[in-house]
Amino acid sequence: MQFIADGILNASLIALGALGLSMTYNVLRFANFAQGEVLAIGAYFALGAVTVIGAGVGVMGPIKFGWPLLVSIPIAIVCTSIVVLMVDYLVFRPLRNSNASRITLIMAAFGLSLMGRNLIHLFAGGDPKYFSFYIPKAIEIMPGVKMVPDDLAIIALSAIAVVSLHLFLKRTNMGRMMRAVSENPTLARINGIDLKMIIRMTWIIGTALAVTAGTLQGHIFQAKAEMGFDMLLPMFAALILGGVGNLYGTVLGALVIGLAESFAVYFDLSAYRAAVSFMIMLAVLLVRPQGLLGERE
Amino acid sequence: MEFLGILSFLIFFLIQASFFSLTSIGLNIQWGFTGLFNVGIAGFFAVGAYTSGIMTGPRYAETWFGGFGLPVPLGFLAALIVTAIVATLIGYITLRLREDFLAISTFGIAVSIQLVANNLDELTRGPEGLYSLPKPLSELSESPLVDNALYLLICVAVIGLVYWAFERILRSPWGRVLRAIREDEHAAMAMGKNVFLFRLQAFVLGSATMGLAGALYANFIGFISPTDFLPIFTIQIFVMVIVGGSGNNLGAIVGSVVMWAVWSASDSLIAAVVSPDFQTQAAAARIVLIGLILVLMLLYRPQGLLPEKHVVSAAGRMKLKGED
Repeated sequence: MQFIADGILNASLIALGALGLSMTYNVLRFANFAQGEVLAIGAYFALGAVTVIGAGVGVMGPIKFGWPLLVSIPIAIVCTSIVVLMVDYLVFRPLRNSNASRITLIMAAFGLSLMGRNLIHLFAGGDPKYFSFYIPKAIEIMPGVKMVPDDLAIIALSAIAVVSLHLFLKRTNMGRMMRAVSENPTLARINGIDLKMIIRMTWIIGTALAVTAGTLQGHIFQAKAEMGFDMLLPMFAALILGGVGNLYGTVLGALVIGLAESFAVYFDLSAYRAAVSFMIMLAVLLVRPQGLLGERE
Repeated sequence: MEFLGILSFLIFFLIQASFFSLTSIGLNIQWGFTGLFNVGIAGFFAVGAYTSGIMTGPRYAETWFGGFGLPVPLGFLAALIVTAIVATLIGYITLRLREDFLAISTFGIAVSIQLVANNLDELTRGPEGLYSLPKPLSELSESPLVDNALYLLICVAVIGLVYWAFERILRSPWGRVLRAIREDEHAAMAMGKNVFLFRLQAFVLGSATMGLAGALYANFIGFISPTDFLPIFTIQIFVMVIVGGSGNNLGAIVGSVVMWAVWSASDSLIAAVVSPDFQTQAAAARIVLIGLILVLMLLYRPQGLLPEKHVVSAAGRMKLKGED
C-alpha cells in the first residue's frame, strides 16, 4: 500500500504541471516544451523568497514548511509570470502574428527551454539547492502506510489548486471566455472576447500551476535546473493519457502516471522510472489516441 | 611543424563537422522537406553508435551480448538497419497523429534510449561506455594525421553518397509528394497520396541517416558513453539545419560547418579568457547562445542562410504561405 501513497504524492505534482500544460495547449494550441523551465524558474524564485524571509521560521506543528513557503508561492508566481509574459511578447506573439505553423512554435519553445535551463545554471549554479534541511518524520496514517506530514499537506494543496481551477473555469466569466476560446477562437472573437487578454491570462494560470508544482517539488526534494525538464515526459504523458483538452482527464492521467512510476520504483525498476510514462503514452497513442476521456478530433 | 598542426586540427574539425552534417541531412528530409518534428535526434544517433559499437567492438567481460568484432562496414550497415527498425516502430505509432505527438514521442524515445544506455550494463556497460572500438583503415599507417585524413575521406564519401542519393529522390515525384504533404497535407490526400506511408518513409530514411552518422562517430572516437547523446545534441542539429536553411541539403551541410565552427571557437575563447572558477557558468552561457540563435533565426530569418530552392515548376515558385 505504501507505493499508492507515494504515487498519489507524485501524481499531485504531475497533475499541477500537466494542468498548466493543458491550459496553454488548449488556448494557444501548441505543446509548450518550455513548461518544465517555467516550473524550475518558479521554484528558484520561491527559493529566493524563502531565503529572504528566512527559512525555518513559522513552522506549523508537524508540517515543516510553514508560512514562508506559502507566501513565497504567490511571490514566485508574480515574478515568473512577468518573465513568461515578456517571453510571449518577444517570441510567441510575433510568431503568432506571422501565422507561423504549430511546429515553429514548438521549436521556439524547445529553444527557450534550453535557454531557461542554462540561465538557471548561469545564475544559480549547477548544484541542487535545498529549501530547508528538515529531517522528515513519517507518521503512520493507515496500518502499514507511512507518510510525512508535509507530503500530506502538499497533496491537500494540490487538490485545492485543482478545485480552484475547476471553479474558475466553470463559474467565472473569465473562465467561460477561456473555454470559449479553446473551443473556437474565431467564434469567440466574433463575440467580442479580447483574445490578447485571454492569451495573457492563459499564460498566467499555466505559470501559476507550474510554479506551485515546482515550489512544492523543490520543498520535498530539491531545486535544480533540470527539475522541470525531467518532469516534461510525465506531464505530457498525463495530458495525452487523460485526453488532450479534458482537464479532468489530465488529473486522471496524472494519477495513473504517478502510480505507475511509484509502482516501477516498488519493483526495483527505479532506473527506468522516466521510461514508464513514455511506455504508457505510446500504448495510449496506439490503442486510444484520443485518451481516456478525450473526444476524437 | 606549425603547418602540420593546423592541418591536423583542420582535419579533426572537419571530421567532427561531418558527423553533424550527415545528421543534419537526415533531419532535413524529415523537418525540412516533410515537416516532421523529430526531437529524438540524439536517440537515433545513439542507437546507430551503440549498434556499430556492439557489432564491431571487442568482447567485454561484463556484457552478455556483443563483441562480434565484425568489419566496420558491417557495423555501419547494422547501424542503418537497427535505427531504421526503431524509427519504423515509433513512426508507425505516432505519424498518423498530430505533429505535437510526434514531437513528444520522439522526445520520449531519446529519454528512454538514454536510460537504456545508462542502465542496461549487460549491453552498453552503462556510464562506463564501450571502448576500443576499431577505426577503419587505421592499420594502413602509423601516423595519426594520415589516419584521420583517411577517415575524413570515408566521411566525405559517405556524405557525398547520401547527399547525391537524397538529391535524386527529393527531385523525383516521390520528393514532390513530401513537399506537398508539408505544404498541405489534405491537398496531398485529396490527390490520392497515402500521406502516412510517405511520412513514414521520410521519417525512417532520415532517422537511419542519423544512425549512420552515430556509427561514423563511434568508430572514429573509439569510445562512446551515454553522455555523448544528450538533448543538447538534438538542439544543435536543429540550429544547424535552420541556420543553413530548412529544405536545402547544401544548407544543412553549410549550417553544420558554420555552427560547429561557432561552437568550437566559443569553446576555445572560453578556455582562454574565462578564469577556471567560472568555466561551468561560461559553458552554460554558450548553450544559452545556441538557444538564442535558434529563436532569433525562427523570428527573423526562418528561411536560413541558403533558402530552399523551388525546383518544381513556375507555379511552385509562388511562395505558399500560411500552411496548416
